[in-house]
Amino acid sequence: MSEKLLEIKNLKTSFRIKDDYHAAVDNLSLTVNKNEVLAIVGESGCGKSALAFSIMGLHTRAKIDGDILFKDKNIAKMSSSEFNKVRGKDIGMIFQDPLTSLNPLMEVGEQIGETLYLHNKNMSKTDRRERVLDLLNKVGIPRAEHVINQFPHELSGGMRQRVMIAMAIANKPELLIADEPTTALDVTIQSQILDLINKLKDDMDSGIILITHDLGVVAEMADRVAVMYAGEIVEIADVKTLFENPLHPYTRSLLNSVPNANSEQEKLHVIQGIVPSLQNLPREGCRFSTRIPWIDQAAHEEHPTLKEVAPGHHVRCTCYKHFSFPDESKEEQHVLS
Amino acid sequence: MWKFTLRRTLIMIPQIIVLSLLIFVLAQLMPGDALSGQIGPDVDPERLDEIREEMGWNDPWYEQYASWMGGVVKGDLGDSFRFKMPVSELIGQRMVNTFWLSVATLILTYLIAIPLGIASGRYNDTWRDQLITGYTYVGFATPLFIFALVMLWIFGFKLGWFPTSGSITPGLEPGTFEYLMSKIYHLILPALSMALITTYSTIQYLRNEIVDTKHKDFILTARAKGASESRVYNRHILRNSLLPIAAFFGFEITGLIGGSIFIENIFGYPGMGQLLVESITLRDYTVLTATTLLFGVASILGALLSDIILSIVDPRIRIK
Ligand SMILES: Nc1ncnc2c1ncn2[C@@H]1O[C@H](COP(=O)(O)OP(=O)(O)OP(=O)(O)O)[C@@H](O)[C@H]1O
Ligand code: SF4
Ligand SMILES: [Mg+2]
Repeated sequence: MSEKLLEIKNLKTSFRIKDDYHAAVDNLSLTVNKNEVLAIVGESGCGKSALAFSIMGLHTRAKIDGDILFKDKNIAKMSSSEFNKVRGKDIGMIFQDPLTSLNPLMEVGEQIGETLYLHNKNMSKTDRRERVLDLLNKVGIPRAEHVINQFPHELSGGMRQRVMIAMAIANKPELLIADEPTTALDVTIQSQILDLINKLKDDMDSGIILITHDLGVVAEMADRVAVMYAGEIVEIADVKTLFENPLHPYTRSLLNSVPNANSEQEKLHVIQGIVPSLQNLPREGCRFSTRIPWIDQAAHEEHPTLKEVAPGHHVRCTCYKHFSFPDESKEEQHVLS
Repeated sequence: MWKFTLRRTLIMIPQIIVLSLLIFVLAQLMPGDALSGQIGPDVDPERLDEIREEMGWNDPWYEQYASWMGGVVKGDLGDSFRFKMPVSELIGQRMVNTFWLSVATLILTYLIAIPLGIASGRYNDTWRDQLITGYTYVGFATPLFIFALVMLWIFGFKLGWFPTSGSITPGLEPGTFEYLMSKIYHLILPALSMALITTYSTIQYLRNEIVDTKHKDFILTARAKGASESRVYNRHILRNSLLPIAAFFGFEITGLIGGSIFIENIFGYPGMGQLLVESITLRDYTVLTATTLLFGVASILGALLSDIILSIVDPRIRIK
């Protein structure tokens, strides 16, 4: 059995909107094991970043309940000075947009060096410079001696993301969180960055939480996949099971909406609608039911919970047995047209 | 960097030419001249016309402009008709006085603005911020000349802590310590009166920069590295917010020019602002155009200075 690295228990992250707290991450539990890549997928606004920011303690105005155990220590309850010894050292994070995530007025060498300095104040300046050059080489930045003194705006998007990655892995973290690390980049650059993360994954032996929209990336890199919808995990399984035997209707719709190279004739199946905003979320009953209106509402369970249907395969849905999704979707098109 | 500075300096030349033309034409359009006030029973109007002819005041405006600019370029600003002395001589000491008044005001402005702006931005939306923001509103709403009069009345006349006019106690030897102290003593009240009012814009600017920077993504990156709140604040927020203040410096100088005209007149401080107002009431156009031109050049230089400072501190501009 693999060793637990991160264990999230009943995490609830709520934002205050007009005097009321609304949960963006709702009672979520999750584990990440050592040396595994856990992918988190789900459409925009489902709370993926809110989850990642909660782990890193980056929310300034959110209410956070629940426990986040990192190597059996509850980082959600740590004082900020204690936690500052953990983040940047044992947990690293790569953000979505490398341009805005780098300080525009600081040389990249200084920014990477800061991560090193913060967790090892005794390192000499020359050692630190050596280590920064090392890291720049490691993330595939050519002419590192030159780039070390450049500013972010002088680098291309791909190079900037490499700098972010260098910063995140500087202290050899045991857990790396990558929040859509390629979304802001050109398509050609995206695969280079993913190749880099893949390569680093092999020689870092750390756990990775990879947040992405791209199921192709998931298939290629992930060991396990968690599908999120409206702040909850609706299905979690190892990557093979999830692709071969998706059970939750939302997972199925996600998989169906991937353009399939083999069957170009087939129409893209896209679930109608968007994730409801936090205030408008139906918190009672199944949150997904409003988006599959062609299914009889009486068929849904009142409060579906995550249930283990096979070892390691959890689904938050009870009525999946009652219908087959592709057929239902054709029916939907009838209903709507 | 040098290229940028050179290019930026060259842009100034057309700016100054346009400025001088404007000033000259406006002065020409003003009714009357230095002689019109002198008409009396014992003055022969024909004699006045002769003088006008001699002075070249009847020439077409472009010829007058050309001869004026020709002089200005050589440092000759013409002669004051009313003070009966070269304008450059008349301006000399006053320019020095106004310069020191401006420096003192700037120092006081930043001494007030930086700590208040930082406190207001760092602890935004707390009682501290509200108090400081309240002060900036009062500063914004209070007319400078009324505030200056009140300051003069309280600290100059009622309490007698500060001199009520002049820039120096008469009879002191230039270069001595007493001379210097007397200069500073005469500067404090006018400079402070101006700084207390005009500093509001710098406070607000700094506060907004800090509040803005706080919400930038790279601040999250700094936190994610494990930087403590105070380090995030000093290294990332403050450093990135103070730099744009340099760009604000140019506006500051323009503001000073307007302010010094009021302040110098209220505090009887013999500077350019006072001279400007005098030259208007006396219709001494050579003095008027010269002082206006110098004020205009000063604000153009102010803008140049802030651009150069910004190009030094902001790498995004430095490269271009
Ligand atoms: N600071 C905040 N205050 C209020 N609501 C917020 C805040 N941050 C996020 N939300 C809301 O929380 C929900 C989840 O947002 P989140 O950014 O986690 O989505 P996401 O899954 O990361 O989406 P994306 O794929 O677009 O990055 C959204 O409805 C969003 O509007
Ligand atoms: S419980 Fe019903 S609404 Fe919820 S996911 Fe399952 S089928 Fe859909
Ligand atoms: Mg996100």
